[in-house]
Amino acid sequence: MNQKIFSAPYLLWMLLFTIIPLGLVVFFAFTDSNGAFTLENISKVGDYASTLFKSVWLAAVSTVICLLISYPFAYIISRKKDHQKRIMVMLVMLPMWMNFLLRTYAWMTLLEKNGLINKFFGLFGLGPFEMINTQGAVVLGMVYNYIPFMILPLYSVMLKIDPRVVEAAQDLGATPSQVLMKVLLPLSWPGISTGITMVFVPAVSTFIISRMLGGGANLLIGDLIDLQFVGNSYNPNLGAAISLVLMVIMLLCMSIFNQFEENEEAALL
Amino acid sequence: MKKLLALILVALTVISAFAVPAFAYTEVEVEDLEYYQRFKGQNISINVFNWGEYISDGADDTLDVNEAFEELTGIKVNYSTFASNEEMYAKLRSGGVSYDIIIPSDYMISRMINEGMLQKLDFDNIPNFKYIDEKYQKREYDPQNEYSVPYTWGMVGIVYDSTKLDAEEVTSWSILWDERFLGDILMFDNSRDAFAIALKLLGYSFNTENPEEIEEAAEKLKEQKPMVQSYVMDQIFDKMQGGEAVLAPYYAGDALIMIEENPDLAWAVPVEGTNLFIDAMCIPTSAKQKEAAEMYINFMCETEVAVATAEYIGYSTPHTQAFLELDEEITSNPIAYPSDEVIQNTEVFFSLPDNINRLMDDLWTEVRTETGGNPWIIPILLVAAVAASLAINIYRKVKKSKQVY
Repeated sequence: MNQKIFSAPYLLWMLLFTIIPLGLVVFFAFTDSNGAFTLENISKVGDYASTLFKSVWLAAVSTVICLLISYPFAYIISRKKDHQKRIMVMLVMLPMWMNFLLRTYAWMTLLEKNGLINKFFGLFGLGPFEMINTQGAVVLGMVYNYIPFMILPLYSVMLKIDPRVVEAAQDLGATPSQVLMKVLLPLSWPGISTGITMVFVPAVSTFIISRMLGGGANLLIGDLIDLQFVGNSYNPNLGAAISLVLMVIMLLCMSIFNQFEENEEAALL
Repeated sequence: MKKLLALILVALTVISAFAVPAFAYTEVEVEDLEYYQRFKGQNISINVFNWGEYISDGADDTLDVNEAFEELTGIKVNYSTFASNEEMYAKLRSGGVSYDIIIPSDYMISRMINEGMLQKLDFDNIPNFKYIDEKYQKREYDPQNEYSVPYTWGMVGIVYDSTKLDAEEVTSWSILWDERFLGDILMFDNSRDAFAIALKLLGYSFNTENPEEIEEAAEKLKEQKPMVQSYVMDQIFDKMQGGEAVLAPYYAGDALIMIEENPDLAWAVPVEGTNLFIDAMCIPTSAKQKEAAEMYINFMCETEVAVATAEYIGYSTPHTQAFLELDEEITSNPIAYPSDEVIQNTEVFFSLPDNINRLMDDLWTEVRTETGGNPWIIPILLVAAVAASLAINIYRKVKKSKQVY
């Protein structure tokens, strides 16, 4: 009984700021501007299928790149001496102390035609390279902004992997790739799955990166939702419908992903 | 002793830090002092909702309008800002907040009038309305001029890099479709302004309610898309000042700022005509202090305040007396105060019906995203995802049951 009392503030918080708003999103998605029931909004989301697909695709690419960079990096930090660890982790966190918008703005000035990178290459007579306003720039922005969310969970999981386990595997004749596949990957799986969730979910719904680095010529689904609320026609119903479809798709993605994870755990046993 | 000295030094710094804002002057000479002091001591406050950076706020020894009003009338001003008409509209529509003064643009005013969101003003309480130039009264968005008092005006034109092309070349909106400037053109990141340019180029009205004309304009915008470097609003300052782009349509008041920063930039108003916009002060239906709000509007039309505002924000003033008192350098600049000929050839936005607004936004999204795409993709994906999830579950069950035996 006593324990329940302690959870009450959080439950109240959840009710007020998660459950009720979610209910409102569902309500708006299925009504028109007069509050009458309609399926029109949901069916209209189909028109934006290619945008939705592109958002998921770009987010997936960014997530994979984040994982490929972070995995070896997190492993290396976790094997360092204590004071080195602290410095490295702080360096990972450092950019996050700055405002998200400012960081993206900085990339804009770096990548521009007259930006710092092109000026540097210009010294050697190279370029100018077309960097800003491309999909590559959007992926770069996502990777840069979200990579700490991949490194940190991986790092904390890898800290707990006993180095002697790796040594034991090597003693028993495992090749480096076998050590990675049979020992490290299964043991670090919880970190990988947390990292993927924490990068993929915000990357799918991001709306400012594509506008600043992608030139706004190719909107992502987050921009589209934004447009429904602050655009010319003010259509919160369609905005809610797009958000709802996006949420359902993400939920499905995550649940499939989690089932793989359970499979993995089952395989371990 | 040293400690004492340090203490005095600290005290001095603190005092001077507080004292600095007091240098900005807050005294304003008004015509009818009695009128302004009616509410003194009644503890009234009004909520003002304005564009960001759109009032003289006391920075750099300018007049702090709100503080001057508070001192004069004893009415407290709660001042907040918005970044776009649509944002302001969404906030008012969602309710929960009540503002006594808002300063939207023309088309938003007519939309809010149509939706009953504004109240009629009592012009007996706004004697200074007599200063407002007749050119800006009774415009299409408020035909009887019952709901609004013009605050600033300006027009849309093209900002261009004069080192890359000559002034004679920039005479028509069609320059924004010129393939020589592939990837060097910036475009408005809002549907109304972007469509306006395409519509004008095709020779139609900004306020057309003909869906075919709007669709034709959308085609024109799609045609332009490969030439466009990016769709921007405020980022335009960085990009034009840094020489990142060659051509961009934008608002005159902001063009002045850009040209000041980068003298290579120049300004042109295309011959097809352009959009004249007027931002005006209004009182929403939900306002709680109508009379105090009218007093605020009247105060904004005091000559001294209007001069300070025009000097501070750089947009053109509709106030006849303020225009006369402004610096010659400002009023002779054709960007801020173009000739009557140019003003004649302009059109003001007014509100479009809901279905046209929707159509415009839908087409705008179509311009901005990759078109096409099969509407069945999403349902198919959903079914595939559910199927995959089921398959995994079944696979696991089968595997488990095998393990048992």
